Amino acid sequence: MFWNKDIECIDEEKLRELQLERLKTTIKRAYEKVPYYKKKFDEAQVSPDDIIKLEDIRKIPFTSKADLREVYPFGMFASPLNEIVEIHMSSGTTGKPVVAGYTMSDIEIWAEVMARCLTMAGTTKDDIVQVAYGYGLFTGGFGVHYGARKIGAMIVPASAGNTRRQIEIMKDFGTTILTCTPSYALYMAEVAQEMGIESTTLKLKAGCFGAEMWTEAMRTEIEKRFNLNAYNIYGLTEIIGPGVAHECSEKKGLHVFEDHFLVEIIDPDTGDPVPDGKRGELVLTTLTREGMPMLRFRTRDITSIIRDKCACGRTFVRIERIRGRTDDMIKVRGVMIFPYQIEKAILEVQGVEPHYQIIITRPQHLDEIEVMVEMSKETFSDEVKHIENLRRKLEKRIEDITGIRVKVTLVEPKSLPRSEGKAKRIVDKRSLHD
Amino acid sequence: MKIKQLSVFLENKRGRLYEALKALSDANINIRALSIADTSEFGILRMIVTDPEKAKEILEKNEFTVKLTNVIAMAVKDKPGGLAESLKYLYDANINIEYIYAFVEKSGEKAVVVLRTENLDKTISILQDSNIKLLTWDDVLAL
Repeated sequence: MFWNKDIECIDEEKLRELQLERLKTTIKRAYEKVPYYKKKFDEAQVSPDDIIKLEDIRKIPFTSKADLREVYPFGMFASPLNEIVEIHMSSGTTGKPVVAGYTMSDIEIWAEVMARCLTMAGTTKDDIVQVAYGYGLFTGGFGVHYGARKIGAMIVPASAGNTRRQIEIMKDFGTTILTCTPSYALYMAEVAQEMGIESTTLKLKAGCFGAEMWTEAMRTEIEKRFNLNAYNIYGLTEIIGPGVAHECSEKKGLHVFEDHFLVEIIDPDTGDPVPDGKRGELVLTTLTREGMPMLRFRTRDITSIIRDKCACGRTFVRIERIRGRTDDMIKVRGVMIFPYQIEKAILEVQGVEPHYQIIITRPQHLDEIEVMVEMSKETFSDEVKHIENLRRKLEKRIEDITGIRVKVTLVEPKSLPRSEGKAKRIVDKRSLHD
Repeated sequence: MKIKQLSVFLENKRGRLYEALKALSDANINIRALSIADTSEFGILRMIVTDPEKAKEILEKNEFTVKLTNVIAMAVKDKPGGLAESLKYLYDANINIEYIYAFVEKSGEKAVVVLRTENLDKTISILQDSNIKLLTWDDVLAL
C-alpha cells in the first residue's frame, strides 16, 4: 500500500534531479542562516556554489553529535525562533542532549513521511493505532501521532509504560496497529501472558517497531506472539525523528524517503564512501528541513545500501536493518563485536526469545565478557549435564559468531532487568582510564 | 510405577531455596523427599511432593523455572548392602543412573530410593523381575 505513490515510485532520474535541486537549496540555507555551518564551510574552503552534482556533497564537512552539542541549544536553527513551533530532544545519556527544532513546514513533512511508514505497514483510516512510544521530548510518540492523524486513523496516545493498561486497551479497544520499541513489544507479550490474555487473539494486524536495534529473530518472535506483521522503522531526532526509512511488505530492507533525506554510507574511520552493499556508517542529509537543516550527519548507525529494484515498486533505495552502532560496538580484546551477534547465537541455541545481558570486565589487563542468559522453560532440564551442555553450546556458538571466547552464565527467568524503553544489554564495567 | 518429581532451577543467590520452599509451604504442599544438585553457579532442586501439578503451578507463578520429571521410587532394606544389591541388577543390565537420592521411611524398616536412569521402562522391568519393590504414587502419598 502507498500513501503517496507518485513520489514513492518516482522515476529515478527525476528523483536525482529533485534531490540535487533540494540539496542546493538546503546547503545555501544552512550556509546563510547558520553561522556554525558557515564557519565550517569557510574552514574547509567550500562554498555552496561548489555543489554542481549530487556527488559534490562529499565536499561538505560532516556534522557530528559533538557539533550539535557545541551549539546547544538553538545554534543549528536556520529559522528565527518565532517560526519554530516544536522542540524535541535526544536522551543525552552522554553529555549534553541534542535539540531539534521544527517549523510548521517541518512538522508537515514529518507527518507526511510517517503517514507513508504507517501506510507501508497497512494502516488506513479504519485502523486503531496504539502509540506506545513515549510522548514528550523523545520524538517517537509525536512522530507516529502526526502520521496517524494525517491518515485519519483512530489514535490511542498511550505513550510508553503502564504495561497492563496498554494490554487492556489493546483488548478492549481492538487496537489493530501497535507502535513501540521491539523490546517493549516482547515485554508486553510476557505481561499479557501473566494477565492470562492470549496475545495471539488480540486484533493487532501490524506493528511499526524501532528506536532501538533489533534482529530478525526478534521479529519472528513478535510476529508469533502477537500474530501480526512486524515492520522495521528507522529515524533519529537529529534528522526528524521516526520516519526516515521504513520497510515495505517485502520486509527486505528499509526504503529511505529520498525526496526528503539523502543517504550516504561511509567508512567510519576514513570518511570515504563505501560501495553499495558494503557495510559502513550511515550519513544523512535533510533535503527539505527548514528549522534545522542537517548536512551529512554521522548517525553512527552501521548499515549498507541495497540498490536493486524492490518488488513493491518503490524506487527509493533501501538500507538493510541497522547492524550496530559505531558507539555500541564493543571492542573487546581488539575485536569489534555487536550485541545482535550474541543475540543471534542465543536464539539459535535456545530457540526462544533471548533475554540476556553482556557484562564486560577487565579483571587484570585482559577484557572478559560474561553473557548472562535467562534459562527458558523450554530448555530447562533437571539434569546438570544437560544444563552444562546448554551452557557450553551457547559459549561455542557465541565464539563462532563473534570470534571471542565468553563465559555464559544461566540465570533464572525474569531476573535480568527489563526496560520499558531501550533495552540495557551491555554493562561495561571496565575502567578505561589507564 | 513412575513417580512425578518436581525439579526447580535455582540460581546461586541468597534466599532462592527459601523462597521456593516458602511458596510451597504457603500452598500447604508437603515435601516427601528432596535433594539438590549443585554446581558453582546454579542448583537443581528435586522434590517429591504431595501435589506435583499444583506445586508446579505455584512455583511458576512465583517466577521459577520448573519441570515435572518421571522417576522411580524403590524400597530397599535399611541394612548394609540394601541399596548396592538393587543397583547390581541395573549395573548388570548396563543401565546408567542419571541421579539418585534416598530417604528413610517413618517406620525405619525400609529406605526409599528415588532414581532416574537413562531408560526408565527398562529399569522398571528389570527391578520388578528382580523382586525389588517399586512404590506406586499411592505408596508415596502414604509415606
